[in-house]
Amino acid sequence: MTSVPWILDPSDEPTSTGVPHGKLGMWVFLASEVMLFGSLISSYIVLRIGSPLFIMPSHADLSVPVAAANTFVLIVSSVTMVLALAAIQQDNRKAMIGYLTATILCGIFFLCVKGYEYPHKWHLGITISSGLFGSFYYTMTGLHGLHVLGGIFFNSYILYQGVRGRLSARRCERVEYAGIYWHFVDLVWVVLFPLLYLL
Amino acid sequence: MKGAAVHSQTQTGGHEAHPQLGFVRTYVFSTDHKVIGIQYMITSMLFLLSGFFMMLMMRWQLAWPGQPIPIIGQFLPETMAPGGVMLPEFYNQLGAMHGTIMVFLGIVPLGVAAFGNFVLPLQIGAKDMAFPFLNMLSYWIFLVGGILMLSSFAMPGGAAQSGWTSYAPLADLAPPGQTMWLIAMTFIITSSLFGAINFIVTTLNLRARGMTWLRLPFFVWCQFVTAILLVLAFPVLQGGAILQLLDRVAKANFFIPANLIFGGAPVEQPGGGNPLLWQHLFWFLAHPEVYVLLLPEFGIVAEILANGTRKPLFGYFELVVSVCAIGALSFIVWAHHMFLSGMRTDVTKFFTVTTMIISIPSVMVLTCFLLSLRGGSIHFTTPMLFALAFIPMFGIGGLTGLPLGFTPTDIYLHDTLYVIGHFHYVVVTGSLIALFGGLYYWFPKMFGRTMNEFWGKVHFWLTVTAMNGIFFPMMWQGMAGVLRRQYDPTAQIHNHPTLPLNKVMTISAICLALAQIPFVLNFFISIFKGKKTSANPWNATTLDWAACPSPPPHGNFAGELAIHRGPYEYSVPGHKTDWSPQHVPEKELS
Repeated sequence: MTSVPWILDPSDEPTSTGVPHGKLGMWVFLASEVMLFGSLISSYIVLRIGSPLFIMPSHADLSVPVAAANTFVLIVSSVTMVLALAAIQQDNRKAMIGYLTATILCGIFFLCVKGYEYPHKWHLGITISSGLFGSFYYTMTGLHGLHVLGGIFFNSYILYQGVRGRLSARRCERVEYAGIYWHFVDLVWVVLFPLLYLL
Repeated sequence: MKGAAVHSQTQTGGHEAHPQLGFVRTYVFSTDHKVIGIQYMITSMLFLLSGFFMMLMMRWQLAWPGQPIPIIGQFLPETMAPGGVMLPEFYNQLGAMHGTIMVFLGIVPLGVAAFGNFVLPLQIGAKDMAFPFLNMLSYWIFLVGGILMLSSFAMPGGAAQSGWTSYAPLADLAPPGQTMWLIAMTFIITSSLFGAINFIVTTLNLRARGMTWLRLPFFVWCQFVTAILLVLAFPVLQGGAILQLLDRVAKANFFIPANLIFGGAPVEQPGGGNPLLWQHLFWFLAHPEVYVLLLPEFGIVAEILANGTRKPLFGYFELVVSVCAIGALSFIVWAHHMFLSGMRTDVTKFFTVTTMIISIPSVMVLTCFLLSLRGGSIHFTTPMLFALAFIPMFGIGGLTGLPLGFTPTDIYLHDTLYVIGHFHYVVVTGSLIALFGGLYYWFPKMFGRTMNEFWGKVHFWLTVTAMNGIFFPMMWQGMAGVLRRQYDPTAQIHNHPTLPLNKVMTISAICLALAQIPFVLNFFISIFKGKKTSANPWNATTLDWAACPSPPPHGNFAGELAIHRGPYEYSVPGHKTDWSPQHVPEKELS
C-alpha cells in the first residue's frame, strides 16, 4: 500500500454512528444514483405517456426472450454476490473467490448479450435518432451498462484483493460495499427491463 | 491484528507519523481538508473575478451600446468584438458564462467547498474529512471542469450562449461551445457529488464525543443540509445533461419537438420530444441550488453574529428546524421558474402555494438573526459589519422574490431585469457579503495572521454601496418593463425612459471592481505580513477557534476532545470569561 489512503480502506477508528465510513458513503452515493436514474426513468414515463410520437416497437423486434434471459443472469449474479460475502464472513476465502468470479462472469455475459442486442436493433431501424423509444433505449441501457462495467471493475479489484489474501472475516467490508453497489445495479435493471421491454 | 494496525497507520491519523511530506504533497496534491479548503477558496475567488469581468463588459455594452470597450476591447479577437465593439453573439456568451461561472464555479465552491472543507471538520472536532483522498480528487475534478468551462470561449462559434439555464431546443442546436458546457458541467457535478458525500459522512460519523446533533454549530447544520441538497438535486441535472448531450452529439430526440425548423431547414431528427422536460430537469436542480447558494452563508452569518454580539444565537433550535424545512421544501417549488411556460393553472397553483410556504422558514431564519442582536453587546469588527449588512440586504432580496412566486405578478415581471435585480440581491448582497464576512472571520484561523481592520472597513463600505448602486436601479428598470438578456437596450422604445439608469449601474459596477483592490491587497499582504494572532482572537466558543492553534496542524486537535455544552454559550453568568468553549469542563470555567 502507498501512503495515499485508498477511498474505501477499512478503518479501525470508531465512528459516531457505529457504521463504517465506506458503507455510509456508499449508501449516500447510491442515493445520488437513484436520483440520476430516477430523472431518466421519469423523463421516459412522461414522454411515453405524453408524446404522440412515442412509438413502441413490437415485442419481436425487442427480442424479449433474450433480454429476459439476461435479466435472469443478472439476478443470479446478485445471488452469487451474496454468497461471496457470506463465504468471506465465515473466513472461507476459496469459496468467496469462486462466487466472486461467477459474479464477474455473469456481468461480462450480460454486457456481451447487450453487445448482441444493440446491432440487432440498429439493423431493424431502431437507432438513437430514429425516434423517442430508440433515444431512451440506448441512453438508459447504455448508462446502466456503464454501471455494470464499473461494477465488474469494482468486483475484479475485490477479487484481486481476495487472491492476494488481503480479505478475511475481519476485513470483509470491501466485499460488502461492492455487493451493495452490485445489487443496486441489478435493481436498476429490474426496473428498466419491464419499462423498456414488457410494458 | 498486526495487519489492522498497519492499515490504520495509512489512514488519516497516519499524517501525524509523517509530518515531513514534500512540498507537492503538502500544498498541491494535499489530502488535508484545510489545504483543500484554501485551494478551493483561492480558485473560486479567481473564478468570481473572471465572471465579474465578463459582467463588466456586458454592463459597458448596456450603458454605452455600440461603443468600443475601453482597455479590454483592443485585446479581444475579431470573432468576439471587432474594433472593440462587442458582437451580439459574444454578449450572449458572456451572459451564459457569467451565470454559470458565478453560480457553479464561484459562490457554491466558495461557500460549500472552501468554508465547508476548512471549518466543518474543525467545528465537529474531527481530525480530517471521512474520505481525504476523495476530497483531493473532488478539488482537482472541479479545477478541470472550471478550466474546460473557461476554455470553451476558444471553441468554434465561441462559448455556450443559451444562458446559464441552457433551455432546449435552442441549446440543443447551438454551436459546439454548448457541448463543452455540458462536459464541463459533468466534471463540476462529479466534483460536488464527491464533496457532498464527504460532508454527509463526516458530519454523521466523525463528531467528537459528546457532540450531539443539537450541540452542532449552526454552520455545520447548514453545510449538512446543503450537502444533502447537492447529493439529491445535482444528479437530476446530470441526467438532463446526458439527454441534452445525446440530443446534440447523437441526434437523439429528447428535447426536440416534432417538425422543428431551425435556421430555415428542418432538423435531422424526427423529434417528438418535449423542450419543457429540460426546464423541469434543470430547475429541479437549480431551485435547490438557490438554497445551496444561501444555506452555507446562513451558517457563516450565524457564527459571526453570535460571536460579535457576545450572546447565544436567538432560537438555535428554531433555526435548525427552519433550515431542515427549507431543505425539504426546496425540492417542491422548482416550477415557479416556469410560470411563463404555459403550465396548467392547477399546477402553477401548487407551486405558488409551496413557494409561499418556503418563505416562512426563510423569514424565520432572518427573524432569529435579527432578534439575536437584541440585548447583545455588538462589536463592530469587519466580519460583524458584513454579517450585519447581510440581514437587511438579504431581506430585500428575499422579499422582492415574493411577487415572483405569485403567477399574476410573475407573468409581468418574469424575464425583466426585476428578476435579475431580485436574485442578485439574494446572491450578491446576500451570499457574497456573507462570504466576505466569513473570509475576514476565518482568515486568522487559516493563516495565523489577521487582516487589516481599517482596509477591511473601507472594503465593506465601498462594496455595499456599489452593490446597491448596481442592483436597485435594475429592479426599477424591470418594473418599467425592460427585458433581460438584451444586447441593445435602445432597440425598444419603452426602454428609453429608464436608459440613463444603465450608466448609474455600470459606473457602480466599475466602483465595485475598484473597491475590491483594497480587499485583494489586504488579503495577500496579510497572508505574509499580517499581525500574528493567537489561537482564538475572536474569543469564540466553537471548537474551530477554542480547541486548536491558528493555523491548525495536521490532525487538528491534540488528543481526544469531549464536548460539554452547546455551541453558543456566550456571557454565561458565573463563568470567568464571557465565552465558554464547547470542550472545556464546567469546573474549569466557574
